[in-house]
Amino acid sequence: MNQLIISAATEGEAKGNPLIPNVWEMGVVLVGFAVLMYIVVKFVVPMFEKTFAERAEAIEGGIAKAEAAQAEASAALEEYKQQLTDARAEANRIREEARAEGAQILADLKAKAAAESARITEQAHAAIESERQAAVVSLRSEVGTLATTLAGRIVGEALTDDERAARVVDRFLADLETQSAGAAK
Amino acid sequence: MIALALPAQDSGSFTPPGIDEMHLPAILPWGAHDGFSKQMLLVILSVVIIATFFILAARKQQLVPGKLQFAGEMAYGFVRNSIAKDIIGGKDFIKYVPLLFSLFFFILVNNIYGAIPVIQLPSFSHVGGAYVMAAIVYVTWIAIGLKKNGIKYFKLATVPSGVPWYILPIVVPIEIISNFLVRPVTHSLRLFATMLAGHLIVMLAGSGIEFLVMQENVLLKGASVLVLVGAIAMYMLEALIMALQAYVFTLLTAIYIEGALHADSH
Repeated sequence: MNQLIISAATEGEAKGNPLIPNVWEMGVVLVGFAVLMYIVVKFVVPMFEKTFAERAEAIEGGIAKAEAAQAEASAALEEYKQQLTDARAEANRIREEARAEGAQILADLKAKAAAESARITEQAHAAIESERQAAVVSLRSEVGTLATTLAGRIVGEALTDDERAARVVDRFLADLETQSAGAAK
Repeated sequence: MIALALPAQDSGSFTPPGIDEMHLPAILPWGAHDGFSKQMLLVILSVVIIATFFILAARKQQLVPGKLQFAGEMAYGFVRNSIAKDIIGGKDFIKYVPLLFSLFFFILVNNIYGAIPVIQLPSFSHVGGAYVMAAIVYVTWIAIGLKKNGIKYFKLATVPSGVPWYILPIVVPIEIISNFLVRPVTHSLRLFATMLAGHLIVMLAGSGIEFLVMQENVLLKGASVLVLVGAIAMYMLEALIMALQAYVFTLLTAIYIEGALHADSH
């Protein structure tokens, strides 16, 4: 027993200093770490870095795409606004033109109507005038004829006799009546 | 061996577990050495766990990640952006991401072992692994400095600019010691010591509870509950420190690399 304890003590002393390393353990750690390092360099880091790079690219690409889409949309909006303004201006212009044109047409029509009515009035006046002239002319000639006829009759008969004079007048009137009846026929 | 001797001792006294308890019997002993230890198995297992997880997570490479891929990307992005990009910066930080990434998760998984029941053994509670990790980093940042600045790098790293000449005899030895001698030692021992201490505390609490429960006295038995409460609190703290140390180790590596890259502006 004593022997055992003594040997344990001496062995403990040999091992006792915790700063003295076990060479085999150092070897295992060195080799183990080298293997791990190899795997990490060869596989782990490249795979993670590739994923990170792909992800960054995807995100940046997405952002660029979104920015492009936004720029496009705002350009389209600008264009539409421009077109809308243009269309409004166009519509205003057309409306103004139409109004001006309508006024013009109205004025033309009014002028035309006035001219027409003037013309018609003129024509009527001319017709009335010519009729009157004709009536005057015919009346004048008829009255002359009548007067000469009547005067000849009166002169051809003795005017002293009242009975005779009355008969002459009656005859003249009857003649006049037959004459006008014949004219009416 | 002491564990074997314990039952023979007087059950009235408590023998706390010591540093020697950190060495479990080998799984596969060979020769005069300790043979294939549990630490070695755990280190190999950690490589398998990390590689499997990240290859599965990264394999699909979907633009819209699934749960596994998202978790992998979060973990990878943490080292890539919060450590490599923030500290080293520039456009060539990506070159150092694999090293920082491997360091962080290798140390993290090997530390977290200490918080997992049954496994309960942080790999870096043995100093060998910590030495190896610090040595890898040491060689790496010196190589980066030499590649970037040529042999002039040693002057840039040890002679600070803007210091009056008469102070240089004091400053230069300090810079040499702090940058080239002390730095790798603190880098490795910080990791090792926190893991060892954490593991020791968990062991101490465990054996303390066991000892108290075995006592005849009811009050002493009851006192084990207090130890248990303390042990749970320490366990939480240890879990935090395990993650934190992985982060600190990687962060310091990034700072050393950054210093080597931009030695002329420091």
